[in-house]
This record gives sequence, C-alpha cells and structure tokens, in this order.
Amino acid sequence: MTATATPAKAEVKTRATPAERRATVIGTVMVLLAVFVFWVFGLGLESGVRSTFNLSLPGERFQNLVWEVNAQWLSFVVAAIMAFLGGLVLRRSHVKWTNVALAIGLGLFALGFLTWAAAEGSFSLVGMLRSTVLLSVPVTLGALSGLMCERVAVINIAIEGQLLTAAFVGTILGSAWGIWAGLIGAMVTGALLGAVLAVLSIRYRIDQIIAGVVINIFALGLTSFLARRVLSQAPDLNSPGRFTSIKIPILGDIPVIGSMFFDHNIFVYAMFLLIIALHFGLFYTRWGLRSRSVGEHPKAADTVGINVYRVRYRNVILGGVIAGFGGAFLTLAQVSRFEENLTAGIGFIGLAAMIFGRWRPLGVLGAGLVFGFARALQQKLGILGTPIPSEFLSMTPYIVTIIVVAGVVGRARPPAADGQPYIKD
Amino acid sequence: MKLELKGITKQFPGVLANDNVNLSIGEGEIVALLGENGAGKSTLMNILYGLYTPTSGEVLIDNQPLELHSPGDAIAAGIGMVHQHFMLVPVFTVAENVILGDEPTKRIGWLDARRARKMVKEISGRYSLDVDPDAIIEDLPVGIQQRVEIIKVLAREARFVVFDEPTSVLTPNEVEGFFEIVAGLKADGKGIIFISHKLGEALEIADRIVIMRRGKTVAEVLPEEVDEEKLAELMVGRPVDLVVHREEAKPADVVLSVENLVVLDDRLQRAVDGLSLEVRAGEIVGIAGVQGNGQTELVESLTGLRTSLGGVVRLNGEDITTKSPRAIHKRNVAHVPEDRQKSGLVLPFTVTENIVLDSYYEAPVSRGVQMNWGAARDRAVRLVEEYDVRTPSVDVLVSTLSGGNQQKVIVAREFDRDVALVIASQPTRGIDVGSIEYIHSRIVQERDNQSAVLIVSSELDEIMALSDRILVMFEGKIAGEFDSSATPTEIGLAMLGSQGGLEAS
Repeated sequence: MTATATPAKAEVKTRATPAERRATVIGTVMVLLAVFVFWVFGLGLESGVRSTFNLSLPGERFQNLVWEVNAQWLSFVVAAIMAFLGGLVLRRSHVKWTNVALAIGLGLFALGFLTWAAAEGSFSLVGMLRSTVLLSVPVTLGALSGLMCERVAVINIAIEGQLLTAAFVGTILGSAWGIWAGLIGAMVTGALLGAVLAVLSIRYRIDQIIAGVVINIFALGLTSFLARRVLSQAPDLNSPGRFTSIKIPILGDIPVIGSMFFDHNIFVYAMFLLIIALHFGLFYTRWGLRSRSVGEHPKAADTVGINVYRVRYRNVILGGVIAGFGGAFLTLAQVSRFEENLTAGIGFIGLAAMIFGRWRPLGVLGAGLVFGFARALQQKLGILGTPIPSEFLSMTPYIVTIIVVAGVVGRARPPAADGQPYIKD
Repeated sequence: MKLELKGITKQFPGVLANDNVNLSIGEGEIVALLGENGAGKSTLMNILYGLYTPTSGEVLIDNQPLELHSPGDAIAAGIGMVHQHFMLVPVFTVAENVILGDEPTKRIGWLDARRARKMVKEISGRYSLDVDPDAIIEDLPVGIQQRVEIIKVLAREARFVVFDEPTSVLTPNEVEGFFEIVAGLKADGKGIIFISHKLGEALEIADRIVIMRRGKTVAEVLPEEVDEEKLAELMVGRPVDLVVHREEAKPADVVLSVENLVVLDDRLQRAVDGLSLEVRAGEIVGIAGVQGNGQTELVESLTGLRTSLGGVVRLNGEDITTKSPRAIHKRNVAHVPEDRQKSGLVLPFTVTENIVLDSYYEAPVSRGVQMNWGAARDRAVRLVEEYDVRTPSVDVLVSTLSGGNQQKVIVAREFDRDVALVIASQPTRGIDVGSIEYIHSRIVQERDNQSAVLIVSSELDEIMALSDRILVMFEGKIAGEFDSSATPTEIGLAMLGSQGGLEAS
C-alpha cells in the first residue's frame, strides 16, 4: 500500500504559529523599550537626581506622604527587568504568558517615564491615579453600553452619538430643573437613541455600522447646531451645576486608595456597582444566559422558545441608558457646561475598551482604567512641563486605542453572531 | 396519546413544499419519515415544531388541535426536536445548554447551577447517556453533542421526539449506541419520528415507514414488507441502482504526496497534525472520518485556501505547499468544495458567470481588460448540456437551481479541463439521488481517465462505494488504511480512533 500511516509520535518540523510570531514581535519591542529606558531615562539623567512622588493630596487626613527615589537608579532597574521579561518572551517557551509579561513591561515603562519626567521635581502620583479613575468613567460606561448590545449581537457604534446627545440634554434639563432632572433626561435620551438603533438594525436589518454612523452624524449635527443657536443665546441653559464628591467615611481616609476610589461623585460609585452587577448578571442569571445565547447562537435560543428580537430590543435600549448615564457624567460631573463635540471620540475609545476588555465587564473596567491612565498622563504631563510637545501628549489615548484595536493584546473572540441580523425563515 | 398532522399544506413562493400531508404517531412508536432532499420532510417538521405556519391543515394531540406559533408552543405541547444542525451554544456548558429557555432559578433570576447539574446527571443516568454537565459544548465530539440535544428534549418532558437526520454525523459504532438510546426512549413510551434518507437504518429501527416525495406522502409501509431497493424506488419514484459501477483501479504514478502536514484551524488548534498520504493517478482515495477531525482544514490546505504550519505538499513532484489557490488551480487541480453555497458558487451570479469563475481572466473568456461574454456563454451552454444541468437557461441566477444542479455546475466548471487531481469534499451532500448517481459516475470517469482523485466525505456509504483505497482520519492524523473490501465496522472503529487499518483488515 502506498499511503503511510503516521508514526506514533513523529516530531514534525513546523513554521512558527501566529502566537509564536506575536511573541517574537512583542519580545523584541520590549527589549527595544528596555534599551530606550536605559539610554534616554537612565543615561539621560545625571546621577544623583531624585524624583519625588506625592502620595497625598491637599486636604487629606494624612498629609505629606512622599516617595523619593534616585531617578537614574530606578531607570536602570526598570530597564533591567524589562529586558529580562523581553528575553523570556523571546524564548517563546510559554507563549500564554506573553500578555502578562507585556502588561508588566508596559507598567514598568510608564513608571520609568514618570520618574524621568519628574526628575528634579515632584509629581502628584495620587492626583494622577485619582484622575485615572475619573477619566475612565465615560470610557468604561461607553464600553459597557457597547457590551450590552454586542452580547446580543447588535454592534453599537453609536455610543459616541448617545454620549453626546445625552450630555447635551443633561445640560439643558439640568440647567432648567436641576441636576437630577438632567441625569434622568440624559438616560432617557440614551434609551431613545438605543431604541432607534434597535429598530433600524433589528427590525429593518439595516447594516449596523451604517445605522450607528448615521446616529453619530445626526447627534453631532443636531447638538452643534443647537449649541450655537440656543446655548450661545441663553447661557443660563448651559450651567447645570454638578454632582459633587461624596467621601465615604473611614475608607476615604486611607492614603492613596482613599483618594482613588472612595472620594468621588455618584457616577464613579455607580460605575463600579454597574460593573459588578453586569458581571454577575451576565454569567450567573437567567437574563445573562439568555442574552449570551442570543449573541452566540440566536437560532438555538429561538428553538428553545426564547424571543430573540425581544431580548435584543431590551438589551440595546438598556445599553442606550448606560451610554446616556455616561453622557450625563460629562456635563453634570466632569465639566458643568456643554461644548460642541464635547465627547471628541470617547465613544469610539469606549468601543475599543470593550474589545480590549474582551466583551467582559471586569475586562472592560481594566481597559477603561488603561485609557483613563493614558488621558490622565496626558493632562498631568502637560502641567509638569516635559520637553514633549503637548500635541503629542494629547495623542496618547488615541495611540493607545490604535495599538489595542490592532490586536497587540491578541485576538479576542467576539460573540459568534455579532453584527448579524436574525432572520426567522 | 397520539400526535397527528392532518392535511398539512405549505406553500412557499413558487414551491409547494407540503401538499396535503397526513402523519400520525402513537405512544412508544417509532415512525421513520423517508424522503429525498427537497421532498418536504424538513418543512413538515418545522411546522410541527412551530417554526413555520402551515398554509392549511392542523396538528392535533389526542384530537385536540394545537396552536403552534413558536417553538415555545411546541415544547409546551410536549413536542421535542433534535435538529440535524445541533442547536447548542458552543461556548456554553452542557448544563447551561440544557436549561436554556427553561431555567431553574432562585430569587431575582439567579441561576440554580446545582439543580441544573443534578437534572443533567439524572437524565443522563436514566438513559445511560454518560454526559458531563460541566463540559463545554465545543470541546465535545459530535456524538456526545447529540446526546446533549437529547437531554435537552427530555428535560422539557417531551412526549414526542423528532430526530432530524440523527445518524448523519455519527460513526457506524455510534449509530448502534444511538439506536439503543432510541430503544430506551421507546420503552419509556415516547413517540418518535425518525427522519432519514438512509434506508437500512429506517428498516432496522422503525415500526412504520412513511415515504415522502415532492411534498406528498406517497407510501406507508411496514419494515418487514419491504427491502432497501423497494424503499429507494418509492423514494425516488423510479428503480434506482444503489451500487456505483466501476472497474478495478489501475494506479499509476504518484500525483499528490503529502508529508507531515500540520494545519491550524480558526481557533489556532492543530486540526491536521502531521498527516501524510499519497494519491496515484487512476485511483480514488477516500478519506472517511467523523466531521471535525481536520478534513476541512486538510482540503483547504491542499487547495491553497489555508496556509499550513508545517509539512510538504507535492503535486507531480513539484512542491506546491505555499502556492496560491490560483497557482494550484492552474496546475490542473479540480476542487469541489465542501460547502457549495459558501465557497463553490457565487449565488447571486448567473450560471454563466459561475461557470467562468475560474477562467474569466484567460482567453477566450477574457479579451485583455474586457470580458468576452459571448465566449463565456458558449462555454456555459456547452457544459450545461454536457453535464446535464437542469436549468431553464444559462442566464438564470445559480441560486434558483436545486442543490443537485448547483453541484453539477461546480463539477462542470472544475472537470472541464485535463484534470490531474480531483479534490472533492462532500461531493453529494444534500442532493437528490439522480444527481448523486451522476456525480459519482463522473468522478469514476475522471479516475478512468487517469486522474488522481481524493474524496472526503462524512458519509461512509459514499466513501465505500467510490474508493479504491480508504483512509480514516482521526484527530488530524490518518488512523487507518483499508482497501475496498473492508467492512463498515472495521472502518467505524478506526473513525473512533482505535488503531485499525492494514493490521486489522
């Protein structure tokens, strides 16, 4: 006979798998970054220069907590650890750990960068961490809105428009009848736009990307027009007031952590509660099981008597409510006035955070914090006055987005039916 | 307890799918519903399961008419269905799939995972199905997935169970196990509808056989009254020759040689894992195996549609491992792909356009940047004639043709050359008996013209009817080799991974 049965344990010579090729790229990048840290941050500083990190904010219970380090020495340590990790990744023996090594490496790089930027001066580390949490709120809420929709296989690219319109409505109603009215109005606005997306994509089966883009363009045009025509004529409709911080007793007094997590406005607390609720809701309740089944295999859901369309409508509208809540944060907590194109792409960054977070609430939280960190870094470095032009700094969040979406963190698996209309035959 | 379908008629635009169909099933009875593809079996069952609304007619249980507007209504009436394409969420666990739609919950809709697990274990134990409630569906072999579907139906306390082509995904040995399960259900008083186009199975298992043809029930027979040939004749409407006639093969030089091929699937797992094989001119080599053992990836890799991770593929001695699909095609490799609608045809194109899909860039169909539609049409007219494609004209959309005729369009396009190697994947899946006969004879003809032929099929009968040599694929490797005298049982064992092949045969 001609065909040969394969020997029991033949060692087959193979080309590199995608994961191995990725490890090579990432390992190389990490080693190069290590060299960069060594050269620019380490050798670029004079020996003996110290960086000071402030660990407390004015008005906190524990004052004057500082961390002072020898900047050059720290840079060398960071470079050494990064090079070591990069070397491990390049060995490609445990490709599963590539992402962990990459995360640690990038964290260290950020530390090295801050040390260098703060050399001969002091830097409010706790201030930046607090900003990280605050700035992550709209991104995370946007991402959760996207997650609600994509878990039932509707792509919500309209997050941006939902945020923007809700922020606008929140401003007007907030100015007229108070911030709570503004908040509720914003959430209702989000729900309405969610309903529009739902009807277009579920009932009329319009391409979901196009439906979302249409909503975004409509939202930008409408709010810009009204802002120019109405808000500029009636400035008192553009000063809604804000939700202020509520410090949680005892927990709020813990150094660093207190300022980061326990001294915020209701949006921040609500975001954390929502993350927890969605995590347990999606993976441990009937609602979650049915939603996920509709996103993964709608026909299977249909054949066991689940109304696919109803589940989709409900979740897409709820996603709109979440985006509306995020929009309210922008004008009722972060700044207390509306400006044209106030969102400036936060909704799209939220979409990226959803992918980065792998369609899971806890992952979304982590992704939101990464983007919040990028934006906080941009703001604080502007204050610190580094040699880097501020235009470059303001690109940071978008560059992070591109890197994330380009799949540097590896390909995640979206819900299997994502983006496909369900057609009952 | 009796389930009846009375005078069911279903009119689709342009097609009368069911024409006054009557069917009844009693408690503890197994009724086999036989018919060719397109005979209307699936339509009928979809009506029974509430997925379609009949144009006229009604479904009754104990003479009480049922209102079936959704699968939920059917489930509530005690009707369960094991679909041909399993309705399981691949990323869910067994227990999650079983409870979906009817979940045991605590307060605020919190899933009661313990009760779900217990339920699966209890049903699994009662019918000796041996299924782990915590396993993830996509990690399970299809045979076990089918049992999950059965548990799903039983968990909803169905009294009537429809099995839609249940054995098409099973190995011969698994089929035996499946029949035992069905016998257990019958002993438990369930009424069972067994849809199939496999005659032997219907004869073996059914208490009564109902035959459908062109939307009508044409006969109702008892298994002891008939044999396979009689059934085939009833099904097709004319005497059918069940055997593929072919002479002894005269294998010549090696045309295709594959050495240690490794190919990843979409999930980046090794679907083909160090596989080697050879196909010679003038022989048909059949690859048998349960679906999902790397056959799809093997064929995609051989035809250039998927990059391999390792190994060498040679065609007439030339290394074609990393060649593009067109380069491989140009070396006279004919490819009949697994899914004709996804990768064989462009459905919104006409027959002519589909016929020239592989040659539109060459003279005479191409005149530089311009198409020569006259030449294209001439070729299409000639091939439609030559390959017996039943179509009103070459200018109709290929999507309007029947499955068998669509497949003939592909075969015509691919075989209309001096073919060196034929790679045909599931060449007759879901098509009518007439077309099957025709395509089989065409494949044998190619072999007799000294082409090398590689057939991949999950239908063991087809592999055995056509092949001069049979290779069994299991988990990405060749698990056994047989000549055409092997028995289904021997091959079936190899399909389950036990080492068989030359030593055993």
